[in-house]
Amino acid sequence: MEKETCTFSYCQKPEIVEVETDILIVGGGMSACGAAFESVRWAQAAEKAGKGPIKITLVDKAAMDRSGAVAMGLSAINTYMGENDPHDYVRYVRGDLMGIIREDLVFDLGRHVDDSVHNFEDWGLPIWKKDDKGHSVDGAQGLPKLRDGGTPVRSGRWQIMINGESYKVVVAEAAKKALGMENIYERVFIVKLLLDEKEENRIAAAVGFSVRENKVYIFKANAILLGCGGAVNVFRPRSVAEGQGRAWYPVWNSGSGYALGIQVGAELTMMENRFVPARFKDGYGPVGAWFLFFKAKATNALGEDYCAGENLEEAKKLYSPYAEKMGTAIRNHMMMMDMKKGKGPILMNTHTAMAELGKTMDAKQLKHLEAEAWEDFLDMCIGQAGVWAGMDIEPDQKPSEIMPTEPYLLGSHAGCAGFWVSGPDDLGAPEDWHWGYNRMSTVKGLFMMGDICGASGHKFSSGSHAEGRIAGKAAVAFVLDHKDFKPTISKSPEELAAEIYLPFEIYEKYKTYSTAPEVNPHYIKPRMLQARLQKIADEYFGGVSTWYMTSKTLLEEGLRQLQILKEDSARMAAKDLHELMRCWENYHRIWSIEAHAKHILFREETRYPGYYYRGDFLAIDDQNWKCFVNSRYDPKTGEWNCFKRDYVQLVSD
Amino acid sequence: MPSFVIAEKCDGCKAQDKTACQYICPNDLMTLNRDLMKAYNQEPDQCWECYNCVKICPQQAIEVRGYADFVPLGGNVIPMRGSDSIMWTIKFRNGKLKRFKFPIRTTPEGSIDPYAGKPEANLDNIKKPGYFTHQGEGKEMPVITQK
Ligand SMILES: Cc1cc2nc3c(=O)[nH]c(=O)nc-3n(C[C@H](O)[C@H](O)[C@H](O)COP(=O)(O)OP(=O)(O)OC[C@H]3O[C@@H](n4cnc5c(N)ncnc54)[C@H](O)[C@@H]3O)c2cc1C
Ligand code: SF4
Ligand code: SF4
Repeated sequence: MEKETCTFSYCQKPEIVEVETDILIVGGGMSACGAAFESVRWAQAAEKAGKGPIKITLVDKAAMDRSGAVAMGLSAINTYMGENDPHDYVRYVRGDLMGIIREDLVFDLGRHVDDSVHNFEDWGLPIWKKDDKGHSVDGAQGLPKLRDGGTPVRSGRWQIMINGESYKVVVAEAAKKALGMENIYERVFIVKLLLDEKEENRIAAAVGFSVRENKVYIFKANAILLGCGGAVNVFRPRSVAEGQGRAWYPVWNSGSGYALGIQVGAELTMMENRFVPARFKDGYGPVGAWFLFFKAKATNALGEDYCAGENLEEAKKLYSPYAEKMGTAIRNHMMMMDMKKGKGPILMNTHTAMAELGKTMDAKQLKHLEAEAWEDFLDMCIGQAGVWAGMDIEPDQKPSEIMPTEPYLLGSHAGCAGFWVSGPDDLGAPEDWHWGYNRMSTVKGLFMMGDICGASGHKFSSGSHAEGRIAGKAAVAFVLDHKDFKPTISKSPEELAAEIYLPFEIYEKYKTYSTAPEVNPHYIKPRMLQARLQKIADEYFGGVSTWYMTSKTLLEEGLRQLQILKEDSARMAAKDLHELMRCWENYHRIWSIEAHAKHILFREETRYPGYYYRGDFLAIDDQNWKCFVNSRYDPKTGEWNCFKRDYVQLVSD
Repeated sequence: MPSFVIAEKCDGCKAQDKTACQYICPNDLMTLNRDLMKAYNQEPDQCWECYNCVKICPQQAIEVRGYADFVPLGGNVIPMRGSDSIMWTIKFRNGKLKRFKFPIRTTPEGSIDPYAGKPEANLDNIKKPGYFTHQGEGKEMPVITQK
């Protein structure tokens, strides 16, 4: 098809706003808030020492109070060391992620993370405590804070319970105060990053547009910190009508973090990894507290433990010694074995767990227990409470179904898909794992944090904040070392605005050709772009419709179709600013899923049974594949290269 | 529909330039119909049921009707968010009611001073591990010893 360009002949030309800053934080979620808090403090010190001022700017596509994965709130902080040793944290993360992680990054996170949690509590986040009788009480009862020796309520070894409805509001308030509102741009969506024209492989700018008014923004920066979260709705979801909004991963994290970094040539790692959480069916409510805190058991419909007996023996044949460790992926695998035998629905036996706990409780304690069970949903997945209300399910009366969801791409929860970054230099890691600035990617001046910083999962909310702080501090050091850098961009502001507004131009040019604007041979609307993308991913890259099964031949065909979709994305059409955002979100999704498929294709084994299967290489093959799979898209040639990097164990078994 | 706006209750945030629900929705769904001066969810199938619009609406005009793909009619979940706690009312399809109240924060909204009582950063240590807080409190950062 003929190439379309935007000359603003049909659509309105936006105002172009240029902002110069030393550091740009892209995203306003947990990691971005951490980056703001830490970097501003170091910038203050630099200014005092006569090396400032250092200007720090943040841009978020939504309102920071309620943006990102913690928008709804959370009921637990999943990474808090407390009495634990970071060595053991590394062992746990390595076990859950099937043996391949960057232990330097994970240890580094473990030794830093508690300070973020202590700050959250200082700022006003209520953290549950154990009183002197050993009973759990909510976080507003005035018991000593964690930093003053208060005892948290552990739901698991690493998790602590919170009253987290306003978790994000509190963390964002601290970040906003640190930055100053004049340095924050909300409702600005970043479309692409730009490399410097003069210096090779050097970040220079980010461009985007306002979702509220006709404005295009160009942020020129010395260093950029990326924290845009992972990718959701890249695979066709199980619920395809209204319910597709109820993805487990937040519907608004559309893979921007991956796409922005990939297109400027930052090296990826472990993009073959994905997360397929087993959650309460349809509402996708959290199961962690039910398993760990309420000690509920999941069984098949016949009341049998699906992670034992015959299933476990079968699993061991292909996946030993990982099967025995019962990581999240393996448990999914065994659940699906029973589902395929028709032994579903799979049930979380909430009723028996509560009856068991209730045996030693009086009426008041029982009431408290019931409230705790509901709070788990009301703090972080209200939709699941809605499912229970609509289906007359009371957890103490009957069990609820659980099921594996559609796949998501992320690197801070129980997944590790992301970018290859420089680690700390004091932990004995191989020389080529650190190049000066902690969490800097292979692109000079571009830092990665949270969900998109790879091979280091299980950071969760606290760890993402902590990682943002590590990166924020390193970015200040970087800026101080590169004070003389002046970003130069090869394209003019008008050219950049024209690229971003192309979907407007196309829509305005052709919209009257047909009588219904949704169906028009000249363009594709973002909704259909997304549907096609999801269909390709689902059917070729191992989504729910193939029981997560794929292979070389399927991947190659899917990638071929994805390439055509990418071509068609040059004809995206938007009728308003909201649709313009949807266009670019889906464009970002395409890049994210492309990286995912390319990595799965390269890794000739099934490293994550329960998340995906290579039908042509069904087993885990430690001999050949206990290594990182990395890749790089070359922005100059458009070529994509996958390669191996050695895994090195730093912490003993 | 996921979130929906009760026509009678919405006053369009009294024609201010930004409505509360539009300001807060993380997915840019809530939008104002300028002819009617009433808000609506422009893409119900992209709604996470995060309830942020519900919690923020000054008129309590927004509620949630569970995803029609899998939630039967008749139940609902309604929050009342105050400055330090939140009250939830859950109505089951069979009419049964449950109420819960949980704390949400221990400090007044807007009162956070992020660096209050915290040490300053010492630029000499910017390339050493540890945050300004660790360093200021003299905390040593552990290294890997169990190799
Ligand atoms: C369903 C769910 C439950 C969880 N439960 C827990 C739990 O119980 N305990 C726990 O500790 N952790 C939990 N986590 C993990 C935690 O939420 C994440 O680890 C953390 O939020 C990741 O931080 P982040 O900064 O990488 O991304 P996010 O916090 O998701 O932030 C991403 C930010 O990027 C912005 N953005 C995206 N694209 C663009 C763009 N193109 N331009 C500008 N801005 C953009 C978004 O608006 C947002 O501000 C959970 C996560 C999920 C998804
Ligand atoms: S916040 Fe409430 S009153 Fe204001 S526009 Fe939205 S629905 Fe209407
Ligand atoms: S419930 Fe959340 S996602 Fe849905 S419209 Fe309201 S604020 Fe937006």
